[in-house]
Amino acid sequence: MKKSNLLRAGAVLVSLSFVVTACGGSDDEASDTTAPAAAATCDNPVASIALQFPETGDAANLGAPMLKGATLAINEFNAANPDACVTLKTFDTQGDPAKAPAVAQSVIDDATILGLIGPGFSGESLAALPLYDEAGLATITGSATNATIQEQGFKVFHRILANDAVQGPAVAKYIAETLKPASVGIIDDASDYGKGLADAVKAAAGDSVVATDSIDPKAADFSAAVSKMKDANPEVIFFGGYYGEAAKLSTQLRDAGVESTLVFGDGVKDQAGYADAAGPAAEGALIACPCKDGSADFTAAWQAAYSEVPGTYGAEYYDAANVLLNIIKAGAADRAAVLAAVKAYDAAGITKQIKFTANGEATEASTIYMYKVTDGKITYVADIK
Amino acid sequence: MRDWLIYRTFWDLTVSGVALGLIYALIALGYTMVYGVLRLINFAHSEIFMVGTFGVLISLTQVFGINLFEDGEYPYRSGIALVMILIGSTVAAMVVSGAGAVVLERTAYRPLRGAGDTFGAVVLAFLTGLIASFLFTDSMMTNLMIAAVITGPLAVVYVRIFRKGRQAPRLAFLISAIGASMAMAEAGATWGRDERVMYKTPRVLEKKVLLNFYGADVRIDYVIVAFGAILMMTALLLFVNRTRLGRGIRAVAQDAETARILGVNVNSVILVTFLLGGAMAGGAAMMFTLVYDQTRFNIGFLLGVKSFTAAVLGGIGNIKGALLGGIVLGLAENYGSAIFGGQWKDVIAFIVLLVVLMFRPTGILGESLGKARV
Repeated sequence: MKKSNLLRAGAVLVSLSFVVTACGGSDDEASDTTAPAAAATCDNPVASIALQFPETGDAANLGAPMLKGATLAINEFNAANPDACVTLKTFDTQGDPAKAPAVAQSVIDDATILGLIGPGFSGESLAALPLYDEAGLATITGSATNATIQEQGFKVFHRILANDAVQGPAVAKYIAETLKPASVGIIDDASDYGKGLADAVKAAAGDSVVATDSIDPKAADFSAAVSKMKDANPEVIFFGGYYGEAAKLSTQLRDAGVESTLVFGDGVKDQAGYADAAGPAAEGALIACPCKDGSADFTAAWQAAYSEVPGTYGAEYYDAANVLLNIIKAGAADRAAVLAAVKAYDAAGITKQIKFTANGEATEASTIYMYKVTDGKITYVADIK
Repeated sequence: MRDWLIYRTFWDLTVSGVALGLIYALIALGYTMVYGVLRLINFAHSEIFMVGTFGVLISLTQVFGINLFEDGEYPYRSGIALVMILIGSTVAAMVVSGAGAVVLERTAYRPLRGAGDTFGAVVLAFLTGLIASFLFTDSMMTNLMIAAVITGPLAVVYVRIFRKGRQAPRLAFLISAIGASMAMAEAGATWGRDERVMYKTPRVLEKKVLLNFYGADVRIDYVIVAFGAILMMTALLLFVNRTRLGRGIRAVAQDAETARILGVNVNSVILVTFLLGGAMAGGAAMMFTLVYDQTRFNIGFLLGVKSFTAAVLGGIGNIKGALLGGIVLGLAENYGSAIFGGQWKDVIAFIVLLVVLMFRPTGILGESLGKARV
């Protein structure tokens, strides 16, 4: 009898582990980067830098170029400085603000980490930055563009590209001056990023806005928003949100016979996630982005490492990683020194001259770049200054 | 302006609301029937729907070999080819979902009823081995080999445990259901072509507008959803009301113990119930992909919650109630978001549920799978 009780307990334990493994799989675990392509090994790192970004989850496509850009910078640095190499530690939040504080805590607890690139998204930034602020860990994001982040006055926050307060009006300006529509419809996904951007466009577009709606990004069916747009029939529809919903929304709008010109923000600039997924429904869509295609050398290096064209924010994360690497190389050995050096940093990056204002915004961050889906490819069309 | 929007787009919202409501209703049938016979909320039913959508995806892309786009355009088919593809994919979805539901019943629930059999033991042993192997290696082939080796001896252990025939407390079923739901969703997330992404399904049916009804475009995909859903529900009602097995289902729903004494094989009735619920979810999966052209590992979650709500709204355990609940919910969501804005969609849905339950605690039509008249 004893023996079979033992067996039963064992079986219960094993089945428990089955459930636990199944639901806990890929969350929040820090892992040393499995660097693709020519990874320079780093046996005795002098320091490490962290990357907090959505490696998996709904917006993982936007996270991939962040990792690739940072990895490229690290590999080049380590190849050039084999005696003082630096490791990149990645922390996955799935872009989820609810997961961000725990992730931030594990970044802070790792004493070898002197600076952080990211957080990738605006929502997770707002959730994680209070912790980083307290720990005095310098952060440089190349993608979290919500304009309200700095209203909180974080000392450690730095942003290497234009924020939504620039992006929103720039999009509205492009719509007003280039598309010249009589009417505009505005939809958002109720996220920190999507709603913030949509509100900025709405404020700048003024009286031409004829219909607005919010969608639930988790839902598959957007028929209420589609009916609303069909009824108002605006010449231009702006959607503030990420590529997955943009693809679904574009398809459903076109299926309902809505012919409006579609305009999106940077969260939609993803070739596979938007242009490839929505196919014919994406054709002609305009996508604004504060992100820039990097230099020719950078594009060539990316092509060599990953056999693809650089993804959205890849160049920005390459720049952000290089800021921290250059500072560590110059001798900053603790978090306070790194933070002070980031504040004083002034050097050329591949996207712009990198220098931060007192509140952490890039000094050169006024240009938004407009892209368009042409023959199924997202291609650059114009600068909006 | 908002107040008038609902009048101008009323029929448009009605058409899409009914289509979505019918999909809710088909999924709700699975919750309602299982609740009827087992008094169990089968939380894993949403994942039965999810595997059905993957069945459609595999059928369209692998069996029929259709690409997502052909020269940048949708891969439209017509005539006999289209009918064959639609029927073939529906059958594939129903088989995958039905099989999924049967395996779920035999591995996650039946052992808890003290009636575990060799099949359940083998599947559980294999899964345990597979999960255990993840601790050691990431290679899929090695994992499968380790799992295969472990399966035999572990299955023997499981069978010995099952043979004691101990019944688990009611709560254990619920926990098993939640665990199975998570495990299936994560398995779908892990073993896809890419991890955790949204898959587009090839669009073979050109979504032509058949007629314009007071400004609402009645599209062909909505019409197919309506006909398909009503056909499947009629067939199910006839089965439950007119056949010997259907009578067995009603008998077990009324009183499982008495039914057992009177010679009804309760375990096989439960199995058939899961099979039918799974097949309905498979049909819903086909219709869902027809309208929305997409699937994802977690697609079942929100739809499952809504469908369960629809089942409760109509009266859980009541087949006609599922239909009514689904349509009411679909319409309430659409009208509600037109009036208050899309962000209020779920709030409206649950307020409708609360109000209905306040006045009719057993749902609009009441609980009645077990009653003589269904």
